Amino acid sequence: MSAPTDQQLIDFVVREARLIDQHRFEEWLELFTEDAYYWMPLEWGQTDPKLVASLMYEDKLLLRIRVERLKGNRTFSQKPKSRCHHVLQTPQVDKRDEAANEYVTWTPMHYVETRYDDQQLYAAWATHTLVVQDSTLKIKLKRVDLVNSEAAFGNIQLFM
Amino acid sequence: MSRYRNNREAVADLVRPTEVHRDVYIDEEVFQLEMEHLFANTWVYVGHESQVAKPGDYFGTTIGLQPILMVRHTDNTVKVLYNRCPHKGTRITTETCGNTGKFFRCPYHAWSFKTDGSLLAIPLKKGYENTGLEESHAGKGMSPVRHVHNYRGFIFAKLNDTGPGFEEFFGESLSSFDNMIDRSPVGKLEVAGGVLRYMHNCNWKMLVENQTDTCHPMVAHESSAGTAIEVFKKAPPGTKKPMAVEIYAPFMAPYEFFEEMGIRVWPNGHGHTGVHHSIHSDYSAIPGYFEKMVAAYGEERARKILGENRHNTVYFPNLMIKGPIQLIRLFKPLAANKTLVESWTFRLVDAPDMLLERTLMYNRLINAPTSVVGHDDLEMYERAQEGLHVDANQWVNVQRLYSKDEQPDVTAETNGTTEWQMRNQFHAWSKFMTMSM
Repeated sequence: MSAPTDQQLIDFVVREARLIDQHRFEEWLELFTEDAYYWMPLEWGQTDPKLVASLMYEDKLLLRIRVERLKGNRTFSQKPKSRCHHVLQTPQVDKRDEAANEYVTWTPMHYVETRYDDQQLYAAWATHTLVVQDSTLKIKLKRVDLVNSEAAFGNIQLFM
Repeated sequence: MSRYRNNREAVADLVRPTEVHRDVYIDEEVFQLEMEHLFANTWVYVGHESQVAKPGDYFGTTIGLQPILMVRHTDNTVKVLYNRCPHKGTRITTETCGNTGKFFRCPYHAWSFKTDGSLLAIPLKKGYENTGLEESHAGKGMSPVRHVHNYRGFIFAKLNDTGPGFEEFFGESLSSFDNMIDRSPVGKLEVAGGVLRYMHNCNWKMLVENQTDTCHPMVAHESSAGTAIEVFKKAPPGTKKPMAVEIYAPFMAPYEFFEEMGIRVWPNGHGHTGVHHSIHSDYSAIPGYFEKMVAAYGEERARKILGENRHNTVYFPNLMIKGPIQLIRLFKPLAANKTLVESWTFRLVDAPDMLLERTLMYNRLINAPTSVVGHDDLEMYERAQEGLHVDANQWVNVQRLYSKDEQPDVTAETNGTTEWQMRNQFHAWSKFMTMSM
């Protein structure tokens, strides 16, 4: 792949959400570079993931642990399994830097997670930092800012 | 129908030496009585003085269900006040924390109060002339909580005049606070990183009991900690164990590890796991830290401080601290079946940032609403909250390693898988529930 078009960036972000909604977590994990991070800040406008608390700041090892755990026979909080559903606004391409091989999209979204009779609605903005690697797009950083990130939540078990 | 109000005997009967009645977890009337008696007769954690560093700084929180605030008064002491305007009841503070300057000003009618709560001014005050305002509740200003104690920066308060003094209530258990604070080369902590807030649909006591429940990690957390170990096994040979795996892996330690770590109980419901070692013992050294500790304390004392690796210390009724990683969890009761868990982290003043980085990683991996360890714990609590409605058996068992010689309100060290600390908590529960009935 040479420089991706805006439409290719948009399609990538939309497909990423779909893989989560369909529980295709192995394929989803493949979308991340080996040095990627998935970040859910705790604070509004947070800039520091290490010396300020976050809901998640996970490298690929930690994401793989989550994905493997979801398959486990003794994963009690996933018996029965949660399901989830993303509604995305059309991703907006905020940055195209072909020389640095870095593309940033911004995607407002609603995310629903359900288990038993419980259904929770979350509103968030997803910021994807994407790179081209081996001719395909990959995620270097996925940042999810919940609108109410400091609120007291119950279990959030899948991926926004 | 009122089963427990005005019935001291019925409340006392809920706790037996080795079992407790389910109503302590599921009955709303018992919960209300806990708020009125247990949370009023005991010293409850309010906050840390670094949250109110300068005069006028305030922080709003709760003791039981009572809205309170702590504030740094102009004389530099920390005051605790009930958070309502004495006029119409409006909550005084507009944000959770901030700086109010030299006085509080109610946003409703602009009554103002000094930072010790005393009435400063009322607009158009002549309307109260000859009305006897001085004699009214309103004329006295914001009500202070009278029993406040600052222990090396940690602020506790007791709402009632009933109940023991601070030193008598905590006694030797304060050694866990000492160890946490002494881990700073200058003996000082600061709240840092932000608070994780996690809502639990279960009774607050289930969380407190779980802090010294050493027979659940290898079972309930197999899916998270066990998977972490398995995934890391596939890393190329020679890969350095990441901080995250160091944090997860000890949850899968065998029963012997937890038996040998030991439990120490103290009077009044306090106690801790990890007398000899804990899940925090084998973390990698942080470069530069030991040298700073030696420079501050000398090598012998530095080794002694860092060699103490207590696991979880329960401060009855609703606080747990982890000294080795400067993390505390506050279990805030909201209803019989609803608890807000706040997990706070601290910076060791004058120690390397990497220590705070590890503490924050621990907090988000274990205590966040997005934590795979937290998910399975909450699943167990919620199942218990549901299961306790079974009428066929109305008792919860806390019998493990019980001996008929066991005395209440003593200091003792014992096997790390005992449920003595849970029995200790319920003995204290019964004592402080009934002492003002």
